Amino acid sequence: MSTSIAEPVAGHAAAPDAAGTATPRLSIRNLDFYYGANRALKSVFLNLPDRTVTGMIGPSGCGKSTLLRCMNRMYDLYPGQRATGEILLDGSDILSPSIDLNHLRSRIGMVFQKPTPFPMSIRDNIAFGVKLHERLSKGDMDERIEWSLTRAALWDEVKDRLGSLATGLSGGQQQRLCIARSIAVRPDVLLLDEPTSALDPISTLKIEELIDELKQDFTIAIVTHNMQQAARCADQVAFFYLGEMVEVGPATQMFTAPTERRTQDYITGRFG
Amino acid sequence: MSPTLAFPAPRDAAIAAALGRRRKRASLAVQAACMLATLIGLLFLASILATLLWRGLGGISLGLFTHMTKPPGSGGGLLNAIVGSLIQTALGALIGTPVGILVGTFLSEYARGTAIGGAVRFVSDILLSAPSILIGLFIYRLFVAPFGGFSGFAGSLALAVIVIPVVVRTTEDMLLLVPVSLREAAVALGAPKWKSIVQICYPAARDGIATGVLLAVARVAGETAPLLFTSLGNLNWSVDLTRPMPSLPVTIYQYAGSAFQDWVQLAWTGALLITAGVLALNIVARIALRKRA
Repeated sequence: MSTSIAEPVAGHAAAPDAAGTATPRLSIRNLDFYYGANRALKSVFLNLPDRTVTGMIGPSGCGKSTLLRCMNRMYDLYPGQRATGEILLDGSDILSPSIDLNHLRSRIGMVFQKPTPFPMSIRDNIAFGVKLHERLSKGDMDERIEWSLTRAALWDEVKDRLGSLATGLSGGQQQRLCIARSIAVRPDVLLLDEPTSALDPISTLKIEELIDELKQDFTIAIVTHNMQQAARCADQVAFFYLGEMVEVGPATQMFTAPTERRTQDYITGRFG
Repeated sequence: MSPTLAFPAPRDAAIAAALGRRRKRASLAVQAACMLATLIGLLFLASILATLLWRGLGGISLGLFTHMTKPPGSGGGLLNAIVGSLIQTALGALIGTPVGILVGTFLSEYARGTAIGGAVRFVSDILLSAPSILIGLFIYRLFVAPFGGFSGFAGSLALAVIVIPVVVRTTEDMLLLVPVSLREAAVALGAPKWKSIVQICYPAARDGIATGVLLAVARVAGETAPLLFTSLGNLNWSVDLTRPMPSLPVTIYQYAGSAFQDWVQLAWTGALLITAGVLALNIVARIALRKRA
């Protein structure tokens, strides 16, 4: 078993305070985003406190996924997409053109809506990301693989077949493998883009439990269409509507006593 | 809201039935036309294969694979032509495949949606359907004439030029099938673009690309025209790439029109050999493709 495996030393800062009041790990300031001429985000301000889960909710097309894709500069892949404003990771602006994108993405990992296992073995899936940023001995690599799979609650299911193709796993297992693959790089921030929308309820439950575990070590942002999920997983919740960040607050408050009318209409199901 | 309109009147059962009958007749007519066309196509194919088997099978013997071509009336085999074909086809594929894969990668990964990508794709598609005699003449002017003569290497180059557009097309198509999400996942881990192409996209598209290469090899294995002006053909044993080199298609071309019965027989048998080889390659390619699907 794997209980004795120590967490690799990560570059985490000081211990977290209570949700919402800690120094933010990631701080979004006056962010605008454009798909060509179309302004998809409008002066968004949002702080992600260290080692908390921030849930991002809102109707389709409201910009929540777009915001997530700003945080690791994923949009850079596509000409015509651009962001203005600031996103500070530990105080330095990741939107700066001089930033090393590969290094940035090693600090801010991302898991997508549909599981994306690479067409290679389970072991190689994990090792792929690690090898991009570190040189490990075989023993250290094995340890890292076991650590990440254990943290992603997948180790027991796959430890006997690390050499088999990752595409042969079930959808839920594939998604946990993708989470393991992301955390194996030991990012500071983990971005989850509707990570359970393609999964069955049992797998969803497992991933939600996992998110609760992972926030001890990682700062997490999760986009979800499922308000119950946001209520279950998130410490703070941000509501987006038509490219604006309408309201942000502790999850309990957002779902019981939102201050904005639009938030209330959305969470009570009047639109969206 | 919209003004209230009357609910449409009930349909006329007789008209509906007549329309149904007409549709059925049209469907039957189209189906019959399709089947007839298929039958005609298959008849030609079956006739070619039957003739090949009928005329060629009799010439199959061990001597075919152990003897060189000889002067008329003294028997002989096709060994030099078979080996020459293998060498030129293999070398052509060896030169054309990397170029084709890289161009396909450029189109799919670096030039997607750009004007230059569209232009390259257009030119490549033209090359794909260019008459192969032109490619032979092209290499002749470019390579044979300036460098003093026909050679096996020139033949391989001509075949490579035919391989390239086939491989470009399949590589691009297969890479386009690799989901964007897979590329994004690699990028999200901090992978530079070339690593995501080489380590993620190529393995994901491997079977399809390999199939394209096999199909390209099958295509050039039977090419005659590009070799006429480049490797010329050779009635003797030659594995020297700097000298004229024999090949099955050119030997068939030369022998089939001759007045000697044994040469004509060798031409038939050679044609059967190529057909069988190309068929085998196609079957292998298809099995590989099915495994992917």
